[in-house]
Amino acid sequence: MKTLINATLMVALLGATACTRADRFDDMNGAGMDANAGINQGIIPGSANDPRSPAYFNQTIGDRVLFAVDQSTLSPEAQRVLDGQAQWLMTNNDYLAVIEGHADEQGTREYNLALGARRANAVMEYLVAKGVAQNRLRFVSYGKERPIEVCSQEACYAKNRRAVTVISIGSLS
Amino acid sequence: MLGLGHVFKLGTLGAAVMAVGLLFQPAASSAQPLRIEITEGVIEPMPFAAPAFVAESAAAQNFAQELSQVVSSDLTGTGLFREIPREAHISQITSFQSPVQFADWKAINAQVLITGAADVNANGQLVVKFRVYDVFSGAEVGQGMQFVGTADGVRRMAHKVADQVYSRITGETGYFDSRVVFVSESGPKDQRAKRLAIMDYDGANLQYLTGSGAIVLAPRFSPDGSRVIYTSYQTGEPRIHVLNVGDVQSRILPAQGGMMSFAPRFAPNGQSLIYSATTGSNTDLFRMDIGSGQITQLTTSPSIETAPSFSPDGSQIVFESDRSGTQQLYIMSTSGGEPRRISFGEGRYGTPVWSPRGDMIAFTKQNAGRFHIGVMRTDGSEERLLTASFLDEGPTWAPNGRVLMFARETQGASGSSALYSVDISGRNLKRVQTPAGGSDPSWGPLQ
Repeated sequence: MKTLINATLMVALLGATACTRADRFDDMNGAGMDANAGINQGIIPGSANDPRSPAYFNQTIGDRVLFAVDQSTLSPEAQRVLDGQAQWLMTNNDYLAVIEGHADEQGTREYNLALGARRANAVMEYLVAKGVAQNRLRFVSYGKERPIEVCSQEACYAKNRRAVTVISIGSLS
Repeated sequence: MLGLGHVFKLGTLGAAVMAVGLLFQPAASSAQPLRIEITEGVIEPMPFAAPAFVAESAAAQNFAQELSQVVSSDLTGTGLFREIPREAHISQITSFQSPVQFADWKAINAQVLITGAADVNANGQLVVKFRVYDVFSGAEVGQGMQFVGTADGVRRMAHKVADQVYSRITGETGYFDSRVVFVSESGPKDQRAKRLAIMDYDGANLQYLTGSGAIVLAPRFSPDGSRVIYTSYQTGEPRIHVLNVGDVQSRILPAQGGMMSFAPRFAPNGQSLIYSATTGSNTDLFRMDIGSGQITQLTTSPSIETAPSFSPDGSQIVFESDRSGTQQLYIMSTSGGEPRRISFGEGRYGTPVWSPRGDMIAFTKQNAGRFHIGVMRTDGSEERLLTASFLDEGPTWAPNGRVLMFARETQGASGSSALYSVDISGRNLKRVQTPAGGSDPSWGPLQ
């Protein structure tokens, strides 16, 4: 938990630096943004620096975890990302999440569909174990149907073997 | 009187084939019958001549040309036959009834001669007649036949002629008058659009069955070819849908269980289906009675069980499971029970498909970074790999069990998927022409 707090502080600090640059950029373009508000709080609402924003979830915490070939085990690195996701989801209770499981192209179609489900389910079970209410989560597998990288080398495969937590505001009704 | 035999009527959509007359005379027997034994592995294709069919009226002119072209293309496409080009012909066939000058066909080394004629009858229907000759004995192979059908069925009638020629010379049932349902693919790998499409086995008469709005996967024909069952993301999750080929209406099957369901296959009687459903991390096989919707769970192992295929008699299922740690092939009773592993070679085995003859299983094999399409006997013996590439996947059997079609994906950022066919001997590998890319072919029954 201490590590998590330290990480959060560091992220906040980094965020402040990045934010200053963003403010200058906005000023130069005359975007009419309240630059003082940004500087005072170090946060642009809705940006990756705003801990309550989806952008923060997607970029600062990280919306995805990666897997080894034909595996659905969560690496220590993946677990750290998911700890952040769980924390965020428990803080932002008006969000639901769909976990999308994916495989690389090295495998037959229907097997990869089941493998993507294993990966997505591993993420879902981890988030539930960390305290996220199960009824806020569901998963779907895309198998090898939706790669984000298109080369046929390990560098791309590694990024395609993923589970992505897609959040959206929604009710449980 | 002509020795014309069965008269078939071909409807526009080709469903009804009806024998209305049996007027043939007995076939002349030749001393040494013309024969290709497919299992022997044909190295030298049998030369045949197929002069343009005789147009018996002006209206039949275009049909006559197309008929002989399609017949020739079907036969040469098997790799078992070689056409002697028209330019080499000495004799012309100008009348279907006139005696054949066998010496002229012997002189150009034709072993088989196919003659035919086309006419348009008073009802506007196309009438096709043909005969097959063994040039060296001068005898007819089988009897002359006549087909009657609508003009838009000209290619089907040609396929029926070619099926007859193939069958009479190989002793095997033909496969040319058949269709393939598959997934048409377009666009780059990370934005690929997928649509169900149906076409003749040779790529002609392609028709799209779905739009590209939702991902569709792995269609399979019903045993009679009238329905297609497939997986679609239309609802946002992979679910099993059934589509009526005739009116292209689809519906989702209710109550499939699990969070996702996929890999559906019809039972040989068309009454039930088997499929995979996923709950949590576990994918198992289920059987559903289509009429009642009643579901029976067939496997309970915590591993992935998918890609099932029925034996032709419906009593057994071959499927893949990674219960041993990697994908391997297993056979079990259709009612469930303890499966028996049949794949023991190096690498992983998936997508098993039982041959229509019942004696072989085709599969996808992954080993040492390559993919193969292969066949083995149902006890796992006599494994033969027929292809090798970066990614070959998902074989489907021709209705006569002699040819496989599958998908081959090329590597890299610009990689695309195309359909290929190959003999179970491993020869005659060739691409099936489709307007866009293709994957997940399912070869339908002989029509």
